[in-house]
Amino acid sequence: MILFALIAVLFFGGIAAWFSERWSPDAPRWISLLILAVEALLVFLQYSIIDPVDYMTAGGFTAWIADLKWLWIPRFGISFHLAMDGLSLLLITLTVFLGFMAVSSSWSEIRNRQGFFFFNLLFCLAGTVGVFLAVDLFLFFFFWEVMIIPMYFLISIWGHEKRTAAAIKFFIFTQVSGLLMLLAIVTLALIYRGNTGIYSFDYFDLLETTLAPDIAYWLMLGFFIAFTVKLPSVPFHTWLPDAHTQAPTGGSVILAGVMLKTGAYGLLRFVIPLFPEAAHQFAPVAMTLGAVSVLYAAVMAFAQSDLKRLIAYTSVSHMGFILLGIFSWNLLALQGSVVTMLAHGISASALFMIAGALQQRLHTREMGNMGGLWAKIPQLSAMTLFFAIASLGLPGLGNFIGEFLVLLGAFKVNVVLTVLSALVLILAPVYALIVLQKAFYGPLQQSYQLSDFGRRERLSMMLLVLSTIWLGLHPQTVLNVAEPSLQQAMNCCQGIEQ
Amino acid sequence: MNLAQLAAFSPVISISGAVLLVMLTIAVRRNFALVSFIAGIGILASLSAVSVIWNHSPVQVTPLIRVDNYGLFYTALVFIAGLAVMAFCYDYFKDREGENEELLLLILTALLGASVLVNSSHFAAFFIGLETLSVSLFVLIGYSFERPKSLEAAVKYLVLSGVSSAFLLMGMALIYAQSGTLEFSGIGDYVANQQAIDAMVLTGIILIVAGLAFKLSLVPFHLWTPDVYEGAPAPVTALVATVSKGAVFVLLLRYFLTGGGYLYSSILTVFSIIAGVTILGGNLLALLQTNVKRMLAYSSIAHMGYLLVAFIALGSIAPKLVVESVTFYLVAYLITTLGAFGVVSILSTITTEAAEQSFYQGLFWRRPWLAAAFTLMLLSLVGIPLTAGFIGKFYIFAAGVDGRLWGLLLTLIIGSGLGLYYYLRIIVVMSMSPDLDTYEEDVPARTWVSSATLTVLTILLVWLGIFPERLITLIQSL
Repeated sequence: MILFALIAVLFFGGIAAWFSERWSPDAPRWISLLILAVEALLVFLQYSIIDPVDYMTAGGFTAWIADLKWLWIPRFGISFHLAMDGLSLLLITLTVFLGFMAVSSSWSEIRNRQGFFFFNLLFCLAGTVGVFLAVDLFLFFFFWEVMIIPMYFLISIWGHEKRTAAAIKFFIFTQVSGLLMLLAIVTLALIYRGNTGIYSFDYFDLLETTLAPDIAYWLMLGFFIAFTVKLPSVPFHTWLPDAHTQAPTGGSVILAGVMLKTGAYGLLRFVIPLFPEAAHQFAPVAMTLGAVSVLYAAVMAFAQSDLKRLIAYTSVSHMGFILLGIFSWNLLALQGSVVTMLAHGISASALFMIAGALQQRLHTREMGNMGGLWAKIPQLSAMTLFFAIASLGLPGLGNFIGEFLVLLGAFKVNVVLTVLSALVLILAPVYALIVLQKAFYGPLQQSYQLSDFGRRERLSMMLLVLSTIWLGLHPQTVLNVAEPSLQQAMNCCQGIEQ
Repeated sequence: MNLAQLAAFSPVISISGAVLLVMLTIAVRRNFALVSFIAGIGILASLSAVSVIWNHSPVQVTPLIRVDNYGLFYTALVFIAGLAVMAFCYDYFKDREGENEELLLLILTALLGASVLVNSSHFAAFFIGLETLSVSLFVLIGYSFERPKSLEAAVKYLVLSGVSSAFLLMGMALIYAQSGTLEFSGIGDYVANQQAIDAMVLTGIILIVAGLAFKLSLVPFHLWTPDVYEGAPAPVTALVATVSKGAVFVLLLRYFLTGGGYLYSSILTVFSIIAGVTILGGNLLALLQTNVKRMLAYSSIAHMGYLLVAFIALGSIAPKLVVESVTFYLVAYLITTLGAFGVVSILSTITTEAAEQSFYQGLFWRRPWLAAAFTLMLLSLVGIPLTAGFIGKFYIFAAGVDGRLWGLLLTLIIGSGLGLYYYLRIIVVMSMSPDLDTYEEDVPARTWVSSATLTVLTILLVWLGIFPERLITLIQSL
């Protein structure tokens, strides 16, 4: 029941926020904050339910913390089936945490139609939480699509100058790739029916489907494309820089921090467990795509003059690591991918918030028009330095742990690609430091009247800093939560590894 | 005719009664509200007749008509769609000059034709039903004759429809010449008993398909569609898009199921090609439109293409799933299309049709509920979850996958991708800031009948999108 509440609170809270606009134009943001607080409470309740002893008795579905199953469309064996394990719990925690950040960064940025804005924001989070919880493939697809619509509105209504094209591009990329996944899902379910005589879209039923190798390969591709578009990885990444650049700050935070993770989550939860042989066969290609993303996006990031575009490309680069890690398919690399998901979620959101704050103050995202800002706004500049360094992977901060574990795990599987990807450790400082060089050091370009971070911004930034440091210094807490579910996912494909 | 047959035929009889009653009322007293009321009651009475004979065993009423649950379901569907169209017509025409009462009479005769069509089991009933429907539509399309476009559309539809009827008749004649019967089941028996492919029958079927493809506006027989959609008054367009297309598709399905048409694999190849070009053609041409009614016209062409995908699966899977998929899709399509044209007709004023995109600019902020309803309708046309269109699309996928129509399904995916672009464009226009200078002075007309209908349609759309199970059970019991 609590799983349903996790989604319902956000959804109905969103509606409440929308209607509260009539009452006072500022009410929606307060309501959103309240709703997120309730949601956070529910998530913490989930942590208290975890019983770590249970995990050691691996096998079966003991890694699942909570489960909820209601009949929905019995005609096709579709049920409203939600389940939570450590992985989804971590990602939901991230979602709620970044939800706060998104509200905070929209606090003064969004001035018109606040009600509808916060409705879309919360609706989007509700969809994302649904994606992380659904273990019925039909339901999963349902949430997968539902989460696009509010994001589309966020970009197309409150975005910047080229918002319409960016929003439509985003929608078309995700929707078309989603249909490929729907095709694969339906085919899988019909094959299951062919084998057993009953319809089912349930994850646990479909895990046991026996597939002919070539069919499995095609189906795997259907899922893979949908998830790598969302991730995104080269060559499906072109929507991301546009969408990010044009989205309002709150939208960027959700998009970078949470929505990209749904792609990684899908790969981890569905692609490999459902089609272990095919995924194993496909792994070299996927890992190559990952490595190419890592390097190509890093180079592209360096070439950008628009701050938000630059950050968007660094996201693609980091997501490449996740792809590399997931298809290495050993515990180290998977743990690394999970930590990268969380760490990147935090650092990218922070950078987008900084870019948003700068845009609000300077009305530009062009780094060429900035310069010498450190003298004027030291706190903001220091934060930029911190998160730039975090995202280039300085030891002691979250991103380092993730990338290190991924490289360690991937090295066992494919030495060449790992070595190539490791080159990004040289490229990342270049693109991270160029931001500081161009925008914050040097002589002041114009005589601005600028205000530094306010209290609200300082508080949000401190929270982000603390969580990055915590992830960097004590990743074990996160690793412990994720381990059982990763271990379990690996159990399904044990036969292949040998 | 015995009592059971009379009872089974009662929906058609009662709608004919309504036609007569409306005609007499007009002769006695011209009053648009009164006539609308009587026509509405007439449809409700026919609907209650449907509910009374629902679930009785199939009855053959004369050789021409066979009343079974399948036919009754669609009869009810067509009547409900007619009722919605009437509601939109009421607000659209109530303040207009001229004699608008005959409009309702014509809608009723169109419904009469459609209800005969969906229940027919014989070429004669098929043809009578189709012509009753089409003749009513000619007049309805040209009803606002003071607008040149409306008249042009009517003439275009008249000519092309006449040609397609000629194809149809020729096809029937060829089949009759070989099989010696006009009954669907008789033809089915004949086809099933033939060893080799019968060229005459095949030619006949192809001619019939060509004739019906005109009515369904499948590419390359679609040329009339955008002009007629644009020219006809918005509520009439809704009638053309829903009742006419729906009834013809139902007939096509019934004819192929009982007449054994699907036994010819070459016919299915023809259909596959038609479906492919219809999906791509409809969507590509829709991209070029700036007029909302023309855009919806091309989108309806594309949707008929999607529907054909499920239909083609008939060649390789059990008919039950095909009927189920087609029926669900049609229900979703009917609700969505009625809703979309409902919005257009609510927005139209006496002087102008709300067809240009500028009409929709900033609608979100001027009339949020209307814009929300339109957005939901468009999202349903795209097939996004939370709307009935999604479940419909899911059904098409299920039928297509079951029939292993990979090429067509990929075409469908490409088509939907193209489709997104033009549907989203309207949503974007609606979410822009309103152009205050242009629209400040026009006070929205009082349209509560249409608004109430639109509300019901929107609720149905979302309801079926989230809880489709009841409708599925109902369809399965057909």
